[in-house]
Amino acid sequence: MEILVKEKDIVVPGELLARGMESLPGFGTYREGDNIIAKQVGLLSLSGRIIRVIPLSGRYVPKKEDLIIGKVVDVSFSGWRVDIGWAFEAGLNMKDATSEFIEKKADLTQYYDFGDIISAQITHVAGSKIIDLTTKGPGLRKLKGGRIIEITSSKVPRVIGKQGSMITLIKEKTECKIIVGQNGRVWISGPTPEKEILAVDVINKIEHEAHLDGLTDRIKEYLEK
Amino acid sequence: MSYTKRNDGRKFDEARDMEAKVGIIKRADGSAMFRIGKTIAIASVYGPRELFPGFLQNPETGILRSNYDMLSFSVNERKRPGPNRRSVEISMVTNNSLLPALDLSKFPNTVVDVFIEIIQADSGTRCAGICAASMALADAGIPMRGLVSAISVGKVGNALVVDLNKEEEDYEDGATDVPIATMSHNNEVTLLQLDGNVTQDDMKQLMNMGIKSCTEIHKIQMDALKEKYKGEIDE
Repeated sequence: MEILVKEKDIVVPGELLARGMESLPGFGTYREGDNIIAKQVGLLSLSGRIIRVIPLSGRYVPKKEDLIIGKVVDVSFSGWRVDIGWAFEAGLNMKDATSEFIEKKADLTQYYDFGDIISAQITHVAGSKIIDLTTKGPGLRKLKGGRIIEITSSKVPRVIGKQGSMITLIKEKTECKIIVGQNGRVWISGPTPEKEILAVDVINKIEHEAHLDGLTDRIKEYLEK
Repeated sequence: MSYTKRNDGRKFDEARDMEAKVGIIKRADGSAMFRIGKTIAIASVYGPRELFPGFLQNPETGILRSNYDMLSFSVNERKRPGPNRRSVEISMVTNNSLLPALDLSKFPNTVVDVFIEIIQADSGTRCAGICAASMALADAGIPMRGLVSAISVGKVGNALVVDLNKEEEDYEDGATDVPIATMSHNNEVTLLQLDGNVTQDDMKQLMNMGIKSCTEIHKIQMDALKEKYKGEIDE
């Protein structure tokens, strides 16, 4: 076995990563003959025998159980259509929207109206066209006020940090309410506009420096300044 | 009369100087610029996004839509803007040469749009366009088996040359140009066009010269892509 790259190297599509059958191709890679080749631009991650590429760019692709931030774009008799930043809109059925009883001919706009921003969870993904959401659950609701920024969805884990360490740090220092959607949308609502702007700056900084070591320390320093 | 010395002093198997840059269009999902000599191509990629009209959607895989366009100021004599017979054909061959390198099976029913704009033309525009487009696709995070790079080789007079410029293409004793595109991981040829007269032996030699030049372009493309993402770290 011969691995030709190091952990945390930046790789590009078509780049030869390893020779031999001992390594296994993981996400973002494929095998051709004896070779393992990168499929996406990203950072290399070696875990045991598996070689993976963590993408650095690309659109959000919906996954089951992701928490996302969406915008209501259509209201029908039985539910809502929600824009989640993917090629197709997701569906929110009225029975998944609230634990309240909704009468048969009720006006659904009293729950979520056109243009409302909601935090929701993906319950079901089939193909690329059928995506079902739920807003039943802790923290899943209509988001009022605040502001929304967009970051690359592959960098969301760094904004959240290990067991939410990073996001807790930002929340404490800026006194803002923050919800990070896996689709790269971040909702920020703070007591003053200045504090909201600080939170926006910090999250943009994390996005830029997502792959550098010691990120938490630098962010802490930045926030205390 | 034989063509013994190239008009710009290059060696016969030497390409013009090249430059590549990734991430030049902020609002696009992926973008890149590729310059070879005086030819400059910029490419932008949007998607995967919903495809309209719906009957074009393929439930098995995503599709690729390429669009090649020469801007009106890209040539000496003003070009009438908009698509024409030539640009429609080049869009099609570009699409076909990029498709083997892409893996759109994870994005059924969607489309990935590629827009190639030639802002300055001095021969080899389709090749520059393909080089820029494949970098832009990688920048957009589309899964790819490899990068595609392309170069034109050809026969000027009785000499076999790499990367013809406009003057060589218009050589008085006749010139033939052969655009070649290959994929970076296995040097598989994805584009090969020939319009003119070349003997079988010459063709074989031209192909070898083209494939060799393409591997050089692969390196430039790889470096440009890495440069963009490394730049983000150093900031």
